[in-house]
Amino acid sequence: MTENEAHITVRDVTMAFGSFVLMHDLDFTVRRNDIFIIMGGSGCGKSTLLRHMVGLNEPAHGEVFYDGVSFTRADPAERKRMLRRVGILYQGGALFSSMTLAENVGMPLAEYTDLGPAEVLEIASLKLALVGLKGFEDFYPSQLSGGMVKRAGLARAMALDPDILFFDEPSAGLDPISSRLLDDLILELRDSLGATIVMVTHELASIFAIGTNSVFLDVETRAIAASGPPKELRDQCDNPTVRRFLTRGADARTERGSARG
Amino acid sequence: MERGEVSASRSADGTLTIHLAGPWHLQGGLPSPEGLQHELQGGQPPKRVAFEATALRGWDSSLVNFLVRVVEPCQERGVPVDQEGLPSGVRRLIALAEAVPERKGARAKAVAPPLLDRVGLASIRGSESLTAIFSFLGEVTWALGRLARGKARYRSVDLLLLIQQAGAEALPIVTLISFLVGSIFAFVGAVQLQKFGAGVYVADLVGIAMVREMGAVMTGIVLAGRTGAAYAAQLGTMKVTQETDALTTMGLSPLDFLVLPRMIALGLMMPLLCLYADGVGILGGAAVAVGMLHIPPVTYFGRIEASVDLTMLSGGIFKAAVYGMLVAFSGCLRGLQSGASASAVGDAATSAVVTSIVLIITACGIFAVTFYIVGI
Repeated sequence: MTENEAHITVRDVTMAFGSFVLMHDLDFTVRRNDIFIIMGGSGCGKSTLLRHMVGLNEPAHGEVFYDGVSFTRADPAERKRMLRRVGILYQGGALFSSMTLAENVGMPLAEYTDLGPAEVLEIASLKLALVGLKGFEDFYPSQLSGGMVKRAGLARAMALDPDILFFDEPSAGLDPISSRLLDDLILELRDSLGATIVMVTHELASIFAIGTNSVFLDVETRAIAASGPPKELRDQCDNPTVRRFLTRGADARTERGSARG
Repeated sequence: MERGEVSASRSADGTLTIHLAGPWHLQGGLPSPEGLQHELQGGQPPKRVAFEATALRGWDSSLVNFLVRVVEPCQERGVPVDQEGLPSGVRRLIALAEAVPERKGARAKAVAPPLLDRVGLASIRGSESLTAIFSFLGEVTWALGRLARGKARYRSVDLLLLIQQAGAEALPIVTLISFLVGSIFAFVGAVQLQKFGAGVYVADLVGIAMVREMGAVMTGIVLAGRTGAAYAAQLGTMKVTQETDALTTMGLSPLDFLVLPRMIALGLMMPLLCLYADGVGILGGAAVAVGMLHIPPVTYFGRIEASVDLTMLSGGIFKAAVYGMLVAFSGCLRGLQSGASASAVGDAATSAVVTSIVLIITACGIFAVTFYIVGI
């Protein structure tokens, strides 16, 4: 397992709904142990790209590979097997509202391992402790705050010790401190579990704090505008859209300011 | 299956070294720390606990879980734990698992109250839910008052759409059910009536039963399942997505905006559907009477004409309008009472259907007695 081994490869993927093309010819590689950021303005198809990568939507063209094996061409049974190595944290947490936290986290364990009910509960409690929710086993999702729901969703995403974790806007709706703590947690989990992380976000603070590589989806050209480590993109990218995004528009202001001055 | 192994050895200075070996994976099951318990808690507790993991081949949560359960009791008892021997990832996960202490009082206590308490709580809940029904009835009445004065605010497009959904789109299922009910009446009645040679009165039986009661009741029950449940699910989901809150803060009453159009739609469509159901039910009866009993169609419809009068017909249609309002009322009530989760919306839909049917049958009984007393 080398550091730079390709873990997920997205090759020439075109996302389309009917004849409407959302993004075309997306081509990038996520390396093992990366914290890979998919960024772009609102409505550019970041979350949709994530859905394409895990098979919730089918690409109109192109393929997605995990460890060099095509996921797009795999049969349903093979896909299920590949997805067992993947954990996903959905934007709203997507916890099952009729189940307690322990049942939510325990469900994949009960489904895919031979553990007995007591052991499932034990591991579920450990996962909840890892995300800082020790003692909340018997709570229902509706009894928790937004940040806690996110963390419980994370505990469920890592129930089966996945190699790859997908995050859909993890810090959306969190206050800056909770969002910072979540970033630290993601970083810590990546380092200790040795997982690869793919994150859809437009939270600049998170992008610079933990992103090791990224792609920027441009809604105008419907293609990747830039790719590379986020800090490098901010400092060196030639594309004005990307620079404006990564500097919260400060770049454009200075340009306008200097033009006027 | 190969699984993780654990053993312990004690050195002269009182250090307990725990040796970890083999692959530790969830698939292999969870090794229990029981075996170590007596080493840790036995007559001579160790002065120090250390780990040795050179023979460890791969690990996941099962190892972290095991170690947390070894480390925690040691720390409680003040035995120093040296985690040097563990892989760094494991050390960090243990630290993370212990980083946030258990929140005091967070663990919900599941205590079943004694029987008497439960009876009391259930009756309090019962009276509360009855109060909720009556206060909703009151609010709806006020809203109807606003409607009468032309002050109610709702979108007429919504109303038209609701009328289409509850009316025209319900025709196929109403056709099927009332045709079958009509023919079942004819069939069951025919078997009995033929014993007296009074087979021709099958027409009276079907006509009166359909027009007086069954047309309205069956349509009401079909709409309770079809439309009432849909209303509860719609309004419940609107609560989940805070749409009802948005209406309130815009100064629009959810009662005017959501409940009124639904009550109007069902109040208008139910009588029409009932009239239609009456007709189809009589046709269903005709199919059995003509096909099985060989009663000439002219005779059958002649009997129908003789037995069914306008009072009966308008009584049935009036009942249908009331049942329609009851279905819309229950659907909206349960929808607006719904909690904010997927399972709560499901409960609301179930409860809406149950409430509608109970109200329809109760109203049916009240009508039967009243009509009898009044002499209709």
